[in-house]
Amino acid sequence: MSSSSPDRRLGGVSLIALAVWIGLVVAISIWMAGQAQHWLPVQASNAAPLVDGLFRFETGVGTFVFLGVISVMAWTMLVHRAEKYDESDAEPIEGNTRLEVIWTVIPLVLVMAIAWYAIQVNTELGVLGPMEHIHPLNAQEERGGYPTDRLPPEQVDVIARQWSWEFGYPGRNVSSTELHLELDRPVTFRLVSEDVLHGFYIPAFRLKQDVIPGRAIDFTLTPTRLGRYRLRDSQFSGTWFAANQADVVVESAEEHASWLKQGAAAPLQSGLSPAANEYAERQTAGRSGWPTVVPAPPPQVNVPGSSSLPHDA
Amino acid sequence: MTSTVLSPQPPASWRHYFSFSTDAKVIGIQYIVVAFFFFLVAGLLAMIIRGELLTPAADLVDRTVYNGLYTMHGTIMLFLFIFPVLNGLNNLLIPTMIGAPDMAFPRLNAAAFWMVPIFGILLIASFFVPSGPATSGWWSYPPVSLQNPLGQLISGEFLWVLAVALSGISSILGAVNFVTTILRMRAPGMGFFRMPVFCWTALAAQSLQLIGLPALTGGAVMLLMDLTLGTSFYRPEGGGDPVLYQHFFWFYSHPAVYVIILPVFGIFSELFPVYSRKPLFGYVYVALASFIIVALGLIVWVHHMFPSGVAQWMRNLFMVTTMLIAVPTGVKVFAWLGTMWRGKIRLTTPMLFCIGGLFNFVFAGITGVMLATVPVDIHVSNTYFVVGHFHYVIYGAAVMGIFAAIYHWFPKFTGRMPYEGLGKLHFVLTFLGANLNFLPMHPLGLMGMPRRVSSYDPEFAFWNVLASLGAFLLGVSIIPFLLNMISSWARGPRATHNPWNAIGLEWLLPSPPPEDNFGEHVPTVISPPYGYGKNEPLVEHQAEIERALTLAEANR
Repeated sequence: MSSSSPDRRLGGVSLIALAVWIGLVVAISIWMAGQAQHWLPVQASNAAPLVDGLFRFETGVGTFVFLGVISVMAWTMLVHRAEKYDESDAEPIEGNTRLEVIWTVIPLVLVMAIAWYAIQVNTELGVLGPMEHIHPLNAQEERGGYPTDRLPPEQVDVIARQWSWEFGYPGRNVSSTELHLELDRPVTFRLVSEDVLHGFYIPAFRLKQDVIPGRAIDFTLTPTRLGRYRLRDSQFSGTWFAANQADVVVESAEEHASWLKQGAAAPLQSGLSPAANEYAERQTAGRSGWPTVVPAPPPQVNVPGSSSLPHDA
Repeated sequence: MTSTVLSPQPPASWRHYFSFSTDAKVIGIQYIVVAFFFFLVAGLLAMIIRGELLTPAADLVDRTVYNGLYTMHGTIMLFLFIFPVLNGLNNLLIPTMIGAPDMAFPRLNAAAFWMVPIFGILLIASFFVPSGPATSGWWSYPPVSLQNPLGQLISGEFLWVLAVALSGISSILGAVNFVTTILRMRAPGMGFFRMPVFCWTALAAQSLQLIGLPALTGGAVMLLMDLTLGTSFYRPEGGGDPVLYQHFFWFYSHPAVYVIILPVFGIFSELFPVYSRKPLFGYVYVALASFIIVALGLIVWVHHMFPSGVAQWMRNLFMVTTMLIAVPTGVKVFAWLGTMWRGKIRLTTPMLFCIGGLFNFVFAGITGVMLATVPVDIHVSNTYFVVGHFHYVIYGAAVMGIFAAIYHWFPKFTGRMPYEGLGKLHFVLTFLGANLNFLPMHPLGLMGMPRRVSSYDPEFAFWNVLASLGAFLLGVSIIPFLLNMISSWARGPRATHNPWNAIGLEWLLPSPPPEDNFGEHVPTVISPPYGYGKNEPLVEHQAEIERALTLAEANR
């Protein structure tokens, strides 16, 4: 570097160069915010656009901060490198109170702005459908019934087990190991677990709720896109945790009605349980491995459904 | 001041390192070597995990084995690698940086260390009991952790809880020692605001241990009772609450992340000034920010439980406290940039590790803010996004900072210089490997791939293959490191007392320092740390001390 003590004031050219660089960083940040949507699954519930909006915003701000910091790092590495054989010290600048106040206040304002935005989204999600409503199981609910004052218009019982998902449609006499939902109609799930913690997670819906043994958790959402999606167990639940998935089908009102009707007429049969199948194979093959909890038998349901069809997300 | 006091210690016999030594410098090296042994073990487990995840099906190992591997990978890396390696650095650096002859309680110090191999053996032994090792993750959430298919008392989970409890006791013993040493044994003239930032961060981190660990230990004792005595603190069928355990666990285990990262901030704060030849920018703010992080770090734990069924007000409150941590952390990051700015930067191996670590840490900070916001967290919690985030923190920032520290202080404590070429190769492989391994985890999490899975849907295959290649590259990156350490320790060029021309009490000691450091000739500190470019001595009679050291080096 020819100027070992460069002029402290920014020249006109440097100022323009800095402005151009900041403009470039802003442009890249905006572009990244747009890209962020492509990293997420399709939006299939009314919560998804809200969550995605926040995520895009955070990606934009995050990109700006990241590139800003990295630019400074890269600049110092390029321009402020010691010359070969230069053993001397640099000018001892020990701090700058004004600068320190600025870089305390700006991040504070920034994160509080993000928090404010996130609280707005949270509140809105709460209005769309109460995020959750927890109550201890009572005797009637233990038997699968409902206290009459709490019977909701569209309700699905979700029973999580090691390792299968069972969905019951109370009042319709239908049970399934594939979750069927009606498009654009709010639905309240009642989440219960018969053994350990599980996680009720449908990525396309952007919603996730742990299922806690000993509690019934009501959880409301509205599907907004036709298609077939994955429900994944998101809270580690033991040996076949990874295989504890089910398909979610969002269908039109007519299709849903006819699915319910056909289901009610179908006899009970073994539902899907990849864990039970794998366990049976493991027993016959005598595969090595450590002792495991034995999977619950496949639930007896009217409609087993499928988990091998292509899914949208 | 006689030259006999200052002559470099003859290299300690290797037998020293296998004895119940009470010398903090021996204990420090014992900690670090044991930690790296377990680092290799847990790294090997990570290779098998990434091997399994090369393909969507669970086809490399049985699912029970996979669950055991990932549980032990996390447990060993945290309790047997990262905490011990940091305690090793504390042992080496705290007494020498503050001019103390040893730790305040040398026998307690040795006892704390020797518990590490004991619970290490307990954990490794759990691979060989009939039940197999613990398989419920390093969180060990009940009720799944209480399931004991064989019903035997000595199960992998039993050994796991025992090991974690012992680790907690060892850490508490260590913390008492470090805090007392820093508070009571500083050289004359070294007020708190003349203390190196590494000591500030060590004080902050060890205070967190003292406040947080009792909660984890209490929670673990109740888990042990549920597991072995049939109590039901966490068993819902007996009226217990599984979510209660999560509070005990995260009340400590979130601050534990700050116990890890704060000393690494200390390392960055020590090294950036040396290799930028400038004072640390805003020393007082950087020092105090550590304690703001401590205070905030204690009130954020519920952010690990947003989908666990907590009230909306709690979600919002803990989101705000979590976001606030970005502020003192930002102060530190900007201070390091301010230190580099207009400096005379030397891209030595330790400096490269600092810069690479800072790069990764800034990235991790941004994904951390994303995770703090409840709606986004609800989507990505318990997915690979979180796995990517914390590996950027722990490997990308903390482990890289630890490597920086090892290369920087290696000459001081071994008396030998590490090789720059191998060091730089190690840096390049580590930086590329870490980013290739951990960056693809973010898109996977956003797409909805849960963590801890032994099989996955085919749409996740592409990013998983990249991550696995990165993991194997990280495995390779350790080879030049080990070669460097072994060969330079055995026959590297002799180190002078201050090969980096750094400012600090430890650099006024011979390399390696004698057993009691300055002995009875502790110099009086007369100026603040990091006086680069100011041409003022750090201690009284500095010129004489340095002359004697140089003379002794010339005569050896």
